[in-house]
Amino acid sequence: MFELMIFEPAIFKMLGEDILTTLYMTLASTLLGYALGLPMGVALVVTAKDGLRPNGLVYKVLDITANIVRSIPFLILLILVIPLTRAIVGKNYGPTATVVPLTLAAAPFIARMVESSLLEVEKGVIEAAQSMGAGLWTIITKVMIGEARTSLIAGATIVLGTVLGYSAMAGVVGGGGLGDTAITYGYYRYETDIMLVTVVLLVLLVQIMQWTGMKLARKLDRRVN
Amino acid sequence: MEPMIQIRNVTKTFIGKGNQVEALKGISLDIQKGDIYGIIGMSGAGKSTLVRCLNFLERPTAGTVIIEDKDLSTLRERELRLVRTEIAMIFQHFNLLMQRNVLDNVCFPMEIAGKKRAEAVGRARELLKIVGLEEKEGSYPSQLSGGQKQRVAIARALANNPKILLCDESTSALDPATTKSILALLQQINREFGITIVIITHEMSVVQEVCSHVAIIDSGELAEHGTVEEVFRRPQSRAAKELVFMADARVEEMAGKRCIRIVFSENSSFEPVIANMVLECKAPVNILLADTKDIGGIAHGQMILQLPQDETVAERMIQYLRERKLAVEEVESYV
Repeated sequence: MFELMIFEPAIFKMLGEDILTTLYMTLASTLLGYALGLPMGVALVVTAKDGLRPNGLVYKVLDITANIVRSIPFLILLILVIPLTRAIVGKNYGPTATVVPLTLAAAPFIARMVESSLLEVEKGVIEAAQSMGAGLWTIITKVMIGEARTSLIAGATIVLGTVLGYSAMAGVVGGGGLGDTAITYGYYRYETDIMLVTVVLLVLLVQIMQWTGMKLARKLDRRVN
Repeated sequence: MEPMIQIRNVTKTFIGKGNQVEALKGISLDIQKGDIYGIIGMSGAGKSTLVRCLNFLERPTAGTVIIEDKDLSTLRERELRLVRTEIAMIFQHFNLLMQRNVLDNVCFPMEIAGKKRAEAVGRARELLKIVGLEEKEGSYPSQLSGGQKQRVAIARALANNPKILLCDESTSALDPATTKSILALLQQINREFGITIVIITHEMSVVQEVCSHVAIIDSGELAEHGTVEEVFRRPQSRAAKELVFMADARVEEMAGKRCIRIVFSENSSFEPVIANMVLECKAPVNILLADTKDIGGIAHGQMILQLPQDETVAERMIQYLRERKLAVEEVESYV
């Protein structure tokens, strides 16, 4: 009865698969989140009052959308978008289905991270590029994103950690991965040891992501030697 | 010959919350090809806005700027960008891309213009040689001194063979020795490549050092313009006088006594003019302000002297200085 179950090969295998599932959900949602959030963040900066193409209406719409989505608790969002998830994936449980609400939750958060990173780029450098005859696209890609890359990578690291946390929360509704296992074993079956192990694994994953991300950001920063 | 830059009645009004700021109030000015034209004014005078109107980074509220024969106000966005490749600009804070090395910074404008990489690198190396930084091509801006950063910015500015170089307070963040070397580099560029240079500054010394012409901007208006020689010798407007006499260095004790300002422009640096005058007239003078320097053996600059109470001695002194071909004027009304 008190024998620790984690040393059983079956459990071992399950936890291994959980790690992969969690990584899959986190990375896929973050990637898709950036596909939506990066353009949104750029648009927020460009259409802002002192941006390169000020546009009050577009800015307001994006600003409010980002705020609304970010103010909905993730668990509620998860349930709210079930019809959408079903329409896209065909079912509303499992790792791939979880990617849908995760992406939707990550996108506005990413947009805000991107926005604040891009706002750090000095106005003077952008002005210099304009004086050379650079167009909007060149300024966005080569000046804003290029100069802010350290901050963008640091931001992505934070995003990964947050999305990982959200993915664990999706376990409540059968999302799969480490969070799912933690809830199934720890909450429904009182097998605390397995729950603790999954928590340790989650902590380790976040640590590794954070450490790698910051190291990469520093390595790519040319402002310090 | 058509002027290189024709500034025509340029007006710029900034509309803020509930208030309007008229930064420029109808400025007109011609800048000829090959000039080094100084635009000087106190901070807030509108000179930075004016220089940004020259390449339409700031679109004038009214009036226009004609570069060679192109009226910038009639151009579309795309055509305007093309014209901008011919009007390079350098800045007070250099504005280099911090995440790119020196070589890639110089390549950047050529990248924008769509030049092939190999060609751009070749040209960039050539330019780095001109500004004396060929050893630094792999360094990043954060590893360079202020003067070196401005040299990189100058190399970058020359990349697309511009006709005009705009310098916005480009030496204001540099120490005097570095300022001198940057100004010398600008002069060399003007001579060798025939690039018309517009220098925005708040320092008269910068204008004196390199400019052929100067325009003085005072609260959004053109107070005075002409050759540096003319304006420096006989400043007409209040703003010009303040800049020439250097407002900060004005001496309060001069009030009520007879003072003269003398301008050195062609005397040998080796001739002790003032000492000789004192010896000849056998009366002391009080030097209230002296700002002269030796440029190639010729004394340049100005002095303000307080003359003896005795009118005849004072007259003799003025006479003596005029004989030595110095420009002399009374400054009693000034203080």
